[in-house]
Amino acid sequence: MGHSYTPGLTVTEHTVVRRKRLLPIPGEVLVRAGDRITADSVIARTDLPGKVHALNLANLLSVAPDEIGDYLIKKAGEGVCRDEVIAENKPFISWFKTEVRSPIDGTLESASTVTGQTLLREPPKSLNLLGYVDGRVVEMYPNQGVTVETTCTFIQGIFGIGGEAWGEVVMGVHAAGESLTPAQLGSDMKGKIVVCGAFVGADLMKRAKDIGVTALVAGGLHDKDLRELLGYDLGVAITGTERVGFTLVLTEGFGTIPMAAKTFTLLETHAGRKASISGATQIRAGVIRPEILIPHTDHADPAVGQPGSSDVDRGGIKTGDQVRVIRDPMFGRIGQVTGLPPELTRIETESEVRVLHVQFADRSVATIPRANVELIEG
Amino acid sequence: MTVDRPLQTIIATDCGSTTTKAILIEKTAEGYRQTYRGEAPTTVEAPFEDVTRGVLNAIAEVEELSGRRILDGERIITPSGTEGNHATGVDIYISTSSAGGGLQMMVAGAVQNMTGESAQRCALGAGAIVMDVLASNDGRLPHEKIERIRSLRPDMILLSGGTDGGTITHVVEMAEYIAAADPHPRLGMSYQLPLIFAGNKDARPRIQDILGEKTALTITDNIRPVLERENLAPARNKIHDLFLEHVMAQAPGYKKLIAWAGAPIIPTPAAVGMIMETLARRDGINLIGVDIGGATTDVFSIFGGVFNRTVSANLGMSYSISNVLAETGLANIMRWVPFSLEEQTLRNRIKNKMIRPTTIPQTLDELQIEHAIAREALRLALDHHKSLATGLKGVQQERTISDIFEQRASGATLIDMLKLDLIVGSGGILSHAPRRVQSMLMMVDAYQPLGVTTLAVDSIFMMPHLGVLSTVHEQAATDVFVKDCLVYLGTCVAAIGQGKAGERCFDYTVRFETDRKPDSGTVAFGELRLIPVSVSEAARIELQPAKSVDLGEGKGAPVARSMKGGVVGLLLDGRGRPLQLPADAQARVAALVKWHRAVELYPT
Repeated sequence: MGHSYTPGLTVTEHTVVRRKRLLPIPGEVLVRAGDRITADSVIARTDLPGKVHALNLANLLSVAPDEIGDYLIKKAGEGVCRDEVIAENKPFISWFKTEVRSPIDGTLESASTVTGQTLLREPPKSLNLLGYVDGRVVEMYPNQGVTVETTCTFIQGIFGIGGEAWGEVVMGVHAAGESLTPAQLGSDMKGKIVVCGAFVGADLMKRAKDIGVTALVAGGLHDKDLRELLGYDLGVAITGTERVGFTLVLTEGFGTIPMAAKTFTLLETHAGRKASISGATQIRAGVIRPEILIPHTDHADPAVGQPGSSDVDRGGIKTGDQVRVIRDPMFGRIGQVTGLPPELTRIETESEVRVLHVQFADRSVATIPRANVELIEG
Repeated sequence: MTVDRPLQTIIATDCGSTTTKAILIEKTAEGYRQTYRGEAPTTVEAPFEDVTRGVLNAIAEVEELSGRRILDGERIITPSGTEGNHATGVDIYISTSSAGGGLQMMVAGAVQNMTGESAQRCALGAGAIVMDVLASNDGRLPHEKIERIRSLRPDMILLSGGTDGGTITHVVEMAEYIAAADPHPRLGMSYQLPLIFAGNKDARPRIQDILGEKTALTITDNIRPVLERENLAPARNKIHDLFLEHVMAQAPGYKKLIAWAGAPIIPTPAAVGMIMETLARRDGINLIGVDIGGATTDVFSIFGGVFNRTVSANLGMSYSISNVLAETGLANIMRWVPFSLEEQTLRNRIKNKMIRPTTIPQTLDELQIEHAIAREALRLALDHHKSLATGLKGVQQERTISDIFEQRASGATLIDMLKLDLIVGSGGILSHAPRRVQSMLMMVDAYQPLGVTTLAVDSIFMMPHLGVLSTVHEQAATDVFVKDCLVYLGTCVAAIGQGKAGERCFDYTVRFETDRKPDSGTVAFGELRLIPVSVSEAARIELQPAKSVDLGEGKGAPVARSMKGGVVGLLLDGRGRPLQLPADAQARVAALVKWHRAVELYPT
């Protein structure tokens, strides 16, 4: 077997993380290697081409497509204003005159003598690319963007919704197994990243949106509540562009599942600090997991660090490792690996698979397929 | 392309999205056989960003298992027998690839269900995932089309439209929209997007003017030169060429991989299609092949020699499992589950599989739920395939007096389940089901074959390797396909018609060419029965249906024919077609449990 374990989610107090920040199309990079930036720094800029509007002049003027050149007042490449006449016919009787006006401010891009169509383009829109994390620029991609490096506390979630955001971390609950109620979510949490414990429900998410919370972090949620939040049934886990009013990061999965103690403790330790958070998830080749980065602003130059375990292949599971069970019937339980039998073992389904033995906090031991656990890394 | 030297040893890889699989094929006294296999994670993504690392790792595993020295550092030793040692090197290295999401294309045509569909069939047949089909009459406003083209970022665009000598207006209009969108390729910021024009030849100068500078334009023969005929091969070949020259050249490590390979690297689904076509041609049969993966389900069919492929991009058993639920609905999944379960529990379980796609069922309940979802994914993918594997639409048909009573529109589906000879299943859920009968019943329930149909599965998913091998050595490819790749499950006899449960559906007799005593009996409506018949047992079946029942020769008409055995045997299905499950939940669970027990589907 080439490999037989599921890489785990990284949850670590101290690591160096690099993030590539690239424009969707070439533009201008505004920072240089070595520059320190913050999450809201504009690091690159480009002009996105404006929206295109099509007008079929041949139809509007009732002429043949190859004749439209005779009726055009504006030429290709010329600027046009909204309601400005761009083409007109020349009838003998002026009552029958038809004028075609531009529906937009912009440019007349082209006029086709085959289709009789003109294309008008709105002015370009400026796109600013922000830093996302507090850190230092370590690599440049001319006209495209940069790599930013930061020394931080780093927590990967399993699934998220919504894009990049930043704000102060606040604890909504006192224990990983508790769940925040809507009544506990006060208006003082506006603009904050709120740690909600084991579960977020539909009511809590509605209140978070009303208040203007930046992000929610929780162990789990029910699929039905996700459907209600999005307004549709999510088919494929490619997320990050949703606009639901806040960013959501789940650390464990679907259902009511206490946050792993290590995750909760790390967030608790850094309550009051500024964090960057992203719900973007892509569970296919080129996996992207949601993340929370809490930059360490108070010490060493990040450039001297090495990319942390999140960027490095760690190897396989070993005896003594902490693992999380990620499939029923023991979904969500966390224990320690006590044995790694090399031979294939026949399980209840009659499949022959590689297994491991896990001991839980109550000292009970279970045999679980290796595919059904993930390392708690970091 | 064929090679002129004799091939003794072949190493083949398939670079999949997550795993790179290598197989060793050697010429033995019994012909070509697949002897060893190895696999390793695909390394096209960070931190490695070099596909050849995964290839070398997979081949290294084959080396370890076989004892044959294939690698010299980062070089594949060719030909075999180099350094005077028989156990060194291989004669050729070949590969397929779907890494990095495979080949993603956008296609455009003038009229949606004419050149639009032809372009779609062309791209799918070349192994692409079709991200969108744009057409003059697709119902979208011009600016919506332009926005869509701009936001898609495909690997390649295929533009068709118009018959040769016909109007050029619509295809030029589509070209204008593409030019206005100024689309960028998915990979690489600095190179131009490849665009193939395969439409009305009279439009070529215009297309050159409009798109020549904005895209890497290639012009080839019209895919619909006349309304009555498709000509997909030239455009399909161009897609393969551009896939190699442009798309793959942008993917990390592929330049090196292309240099290693002794034959052009082709997209994985295109290779699977090639081996299916080879099999159908060799045996003169109609077949349906399905490859149900984690993210997508590919369906291939060859009916009357006409090949079709579709890919249902978001129907799969792990990454896309939640989309199966979204598309089919909870009730359709639950109808196959032989116990009751709360909706919230099932929904959460499906989502948890989506976010942790590599997990496997540990309990029997979980296995049964996955098998229920697989039935729906298979069914939806075949429905999708049927809608695209059609005759040409918009074609004038000559009608005779005999057609008066059977008015059929042009563009009817080519998939005729009564004429289907073989179903080949592939993908983890079918290839690795703990009991082979589980694979067989999943396909029977999902596809509901009619009359007499043989079923098989791909043992270890080596169809891509054999597809590309068929381009250099057809004999080697078919040898391995028949001996090592296909696992025959057996034959299904399914009655068309409905009747009261317990009443006679059909009588059967199975006669063996060995000393084994004939097996005969009566199958009742609502009954499922399994008779073990191994693949080596030559046998004939004689069937006498009840008056209202059709087994392929008409209502009440007897059927007598030879049958193929397999690791499961002969499945006699008296549940009727279309298959109707009891509406009442309790009765449905009871019926499922009865059927499952009858064929020993799961351990008890």
